[in-house]
Amino acid sequence: MKYLAKLAFITIGGVFAVSLPLAAHHGNAAYDEGTKITVKGVAVEWIFENPHTILKFDSKDASGKVTHWVAETGNATSLARQGFSKDTVKPGDAVTVTMIPAKNGQQVARIHQLILPSGESLGSDRP
Amino acid sequence: MAACPHSRCLHLQEKDLRKKDFLMQVKFAFWGSALIAGMICAPLASAQSATPQQPQRIRDGWGKAFVRPQRGPGTGPAPKHDISGTWEPETTGFSPYGAIAMPSDGKPEHALPFTKAGEEAFKKNKPGFGTTEVAAALTNDPVNQCDPQGMPRQDLYELRTTLIMQNDKQVALLYTYDQMWRVIWNDGRPNPANPEPRWLGYSTGKWMDDTTFVATTNGLDERTWVDNAGRPHSDEMAVEERFHRVDNETMEWTVTLTDPKYYTKPWVAADKVRFKLMPADFHIGEMICSPTEISRYNSLVGSPVAH
Repeated sequence: MKYLAKLAFITIGGVFAVSLPLAAHHGNAAYDEGTKITVKGVAVEWIFENPHTILKFDSKDASGKVTHWVAETGNATSLARQGFSKDTVKPGDAVTVTMIPAKNGQQVARIHQLILPSGESLGSDRP
Repeated sequence: MAACPHSRCLHLQEKDLRKKDFLMQVKFAFWGSALIAGMICAPLASAQSATPQQPQRIRDGWGKAFVRPQRGPGTGPAPKHDISGTWEPETTGFSPYGAIAMPSDGKPEHALPFTKAGEEAFKKNKPGFGTTEVAAALTNDPVNQCDPQGMPRQDLYELRTTLIMQNDKQVALLYTYDQMWRVIWNDGRPNPANPEPRWLGYSTGKWMDDTTFVATTNGLDERTWVDNAGRPHSDEMAVEERFHRVDNETMEWTVTLTDPKYYTKPWVAADKVRFKLMPADFHIGEMICSPTEISRYNSLVGSPVAH
């Protein structure tokens, strides 16, 4: 129940076509660059590695339906330079993720901003 | 800011800096959009330009915090015949959209002087970025299989913090990406006339003046790409690197490509990309291309979004 209680409603944010320079290694073509969505959820796994760190998290909508998300962000080397680590996100952490979704509708996205339980934010993938 | 006696203070300051950094990015994005929309006004622009630049902290490979060097001139003259040191890109040497001076963005001024053979070779490459980009899982980018970037892509895509060491016969470059290293011979030998192709080729160099070292590399493996946008090269390519130490803390790195089989004339791929000298105790962080990690990434992210 505690876990479920942490699951927040999906919030599909307003779409505002403001794009930062992006630097994913493996291609932008699969993402809908003009769209950003904000989703609140609970972290399942934080895979801190190269070529991109991956956050798996779950969200829950008003009807109780759980969605499993996979979101990529910067490589571990660059994130470590900014002070982040394999312990930055732990399973069960409440997270708020603003992300650029995949064009094909899969629950896969690139993180634009990740707000951690501490209130600290992790921004777009940068070199 | 009041002095703080606790070790936690540095951490708090860094968190604060990161928040400010993100806010600066948001500001940047907003202002860029406003410019495009023709809605920007001068008072806002002048307010932005008046914002003082915040020092950025970075952690090295051992977790030690350093202040990233500021832009601008160094504190003293360049030493003679010496480009050794740990060099940090002043802004960035990371260029996902292709050669930093000639990105693959469709602009006429960035159109490369392809020969017919070069254009055909370019069409066969399927990069993840640029005018011919495809979805991540559909690329045939050799780097996505953890093949070496090779030369000159080592200079034109993932050029991050680089350690340069030298003696009277060699200049060695130790790159961040994939812990790659190469040697430029400075002992008077010529480049080989008909070499066996290598990922990083064969490099020789010489001092052109007190502060400019020029290297020439040939014998390069055609399997590698010139850059991250899939620009090709033939086995006839020669790469010129010009390292100019501007002052004690600043170096400019220029890369020029000559490949008569694929390009009708030489072209400058990186033009005076600036680097700043880091303290001697800065440890370059590990950045390995792991086939296991690439496979996991493609399984979780690359393949699901491919179609």
